[in-house]
Amino acid sequence: MGESIYRSHVLICGGTGCVSSGCKEAQDALVKELKKHDLATEVKLVETGCHGFCEKGPIMIFYPEGVFYCQVTPEDMEELVEEHILKGRIVQRLLYKEPTTKENIPSYKEIDFYKKQQRLSLANCGHIDAESIDEYIAEGGYEALGKALTEMTPQEVIEEVKESGLRGRGGGGFPTGLKWQFAHDTEGDKKYIICNADEGDPGAFMDRSLLEGDPHAIIEGMAIGAYAIGADEGYVYVRAEYPLAIKRLQNAIDQAKEYGLLGDNLFGSDFSFKLQIKAGAGAFVCGEETALMASIEGKRGMPRPRPPFPAQKGLWGKPSNINNVESLANIPLIIREGASRFNSVGTEGSKGTKVFALTGKINNTGLAEVPMGITMREIIYDIGGGISGGKEFKAVQIGGPSGGCLPENLLDLPVDYDSLIEAGAMMGSGGLVVMDEETCMVDVARFFLNFTKSESCGKCTPCREGTKRMLEILNRITSGEGRDGDIEQLERLAENIKSTSLCGLGQTAPNPVLSTLKYFRHEYEAHIHEQKCPAGACDDLLNGYVVDEDACIGCTLCAKACPVDAIEGAPKQAHIIDLDECISCGACEPKCPVDAISQA
Amino acid sequence: MKSLEELKKLREKAQKELQARKTENKAKVTVGMGTCGIAAGARALLKELMAEINRRNLDVIITQTGCIGMCEKEPLIDVELPGEDRITYGNLKAEDIVKIVVEHIVNGNIVEDLAIARADKE
Repeated sequence: MGESIYRSHVLICGGTGCVSSGCKEAQDALVKELKKHDLATEVKLVETGCHGFCEKGPIMIFYPEGVFYCQVTPEDMEELVEEHILKGRIVQRLLYKEPTTKENIPSYKEIDFYKKQQRLSLANCGHIDAESIDEYIAEGGYEALGKALTEMTPQEVIEEVKESGLRGRGGGGFPTGLKWQFAHDTEGDKKYIICNADEGDPGAFMDRSLLEGDPHAIIEGMAIGAYAIGADEGYVYVRAEYPLAIKRLQNAIDQAKEYGLLGDNLFGSDFSFKLQIKAGAGAFVCGEETALMASIEGKRGMPRPRPPFPAQKGLWGKPSNINNVESLANIPLIIREGASRFNSVGTEGSKGTKVFALTGKINNTGLAEVPMGITMREIIYDIGGGISGGKEFKAVQIGGPSGGCLPENLLDLPVDYDSLIEAGAMMGSGGLVVMDEETCMVDVARFFLNFTKSESCGKCTPCREGTKRMLEILNRITSGEGRDGDIEQLERLAENIKSTSLCGLGQTAPNPVLSTLKYFRHEYEAHIHEQKCPAGACDDLLNGYVVDEDACIGCTLCAKACPVDAIEGAPKQAHIIDLDECISCGACEPKCPVDAISQA
Repeated sequence: MKSLEELKKLREKAQKELQARKTENKAKVTVGMGTCGIAAGARALLKELMAEINRRNLDVIITQTGCIGMCEKEPLIDVELPGEDRITYGNLKAEDIVKIVVEHIVNGNIVEDLAIARADKE
């Protein structure tokens, strides 16, 4: 039918999360089924970016009905085509089932995971074809760039961004408008704008999802920023571990060039802009702006002291401006619909929304965009669906290796830049790692320190040597060889590293230790003084399990659960665990109906 | 890209491609596609309907449903204009589609001689 419309659109999530859960196979099967039923001209397949609900992937949405199917397999496609597309009957068994009510929910708007979300920067993600510039334009894309170039001066653009209250989404939270002002005010015949897509926090994947799901928004945001500061060239620094993001972004750059949205004299103005991708080798320190610029220049990725700031002397010694992916993704909306569209959402000091990546011991892992000021409890329980496996919540780690762990009693804290800093954590890029009762907080601190120690570039001594010494102490504590004074030594080292390191990596590296010491000090003390790991996670501190013979009712459940047959005892008689056989796996403990089993 | 005007034209063209994903305040045609409907020729009807909507460049939701019990009168279609009652047409032939599209969807007049039921708006 050539130019004709399709009666139905099937949106298939093609984000990295769904690719790994098998969306490609499902898509191929769907294409085959549609062909078989002669429906190829009636039904359009659209491969989108991430819908955020990665837990339930692969995800498909059938329009015009807007029915949300999840965890689909290639085998389901025959039924979906015959029932839904041909006969108009919803395939109930593939709908999302609300865990609490057990109800099937056909429309994604009704699903709890989406209800509390407010998608501004992710608005297009999962709803448009990530490889089609036409679909981006249909949703108002590049209008902001056109408006900025034809109706606004660079200073007016900067004022609008200042007015919006947008703060850097990469971690620091520096006001974006002010950053642009600095770069704008520096004299220079050549300036650069750089997009920092070197997303490296464990568990964070919002930048990747934005690049995969709505790459044109980043291009448009960068072009507007370039116009505002007076740059004519830009780089996107994205890690090579994100091949799909690089592919989609390159495709988007090519399309924008073809449409005359990148290149010379855009919208008839004298503004010209060219953009290229620089694939980074995946060093965490390259997320630091001066190290990132060194890496683009082909040098070893190491930070340098500031000042001079990039706005004065940046890439190739020229004035430069660096923004995070998510910050840039908000720019088109702010210019197109005005600052008030953005700053009407959020709190006094933190405007707009923030994308969080939910990972760890949580039911709904995925991406969620929420208004600033929402509580952590709402994010974890209402959107995230609570703790997986029916376990108890213990802590949430926010802000990656630079952030901190927040305990249960801070769950009702409204989440924004300032409240998190006050609580000893930080927004960071927005990775949330949820931990349950079986997570050892000393071990968590050790994990993050091991990460920063490995990622330290080695240029400055406090970070290079300090993180190594801190890790040694933590290794000792978790292996049962902690000593009196270890905690104090950790605190002293942490303060020194924080105040003397060259860049943000070192300055924030001790945060996971400091925040766990602040809120979970008793766990450190138990490790050091009692040689015990309260969470039962540190292998070296486990000496097997014992049965309280007075409490045991002889139900035999523990013996059945034991993988090494270390538990003996006849039915209705007290059981005994052979400590020579016991491997301290802990499988028996939760099975006991009378709580008679505990660590030795 | 030379001007905002040029972008707007491009946008209008591109929006047409996305219209199946926008469902608010739009006319909706539901085709009965139960076994009875299909046996009575609902597929041909659906194809004709799509062709007509395309020819006239209309922005209409085309969806389908299962058997609603009036198998005798299949093929059936429902037409629902925004804010108005749902009208069911029955015993349709492919050539009736043009009439329904022109009279009802475009001009807003119910095609009385083909209509068999009216349901209050939801």
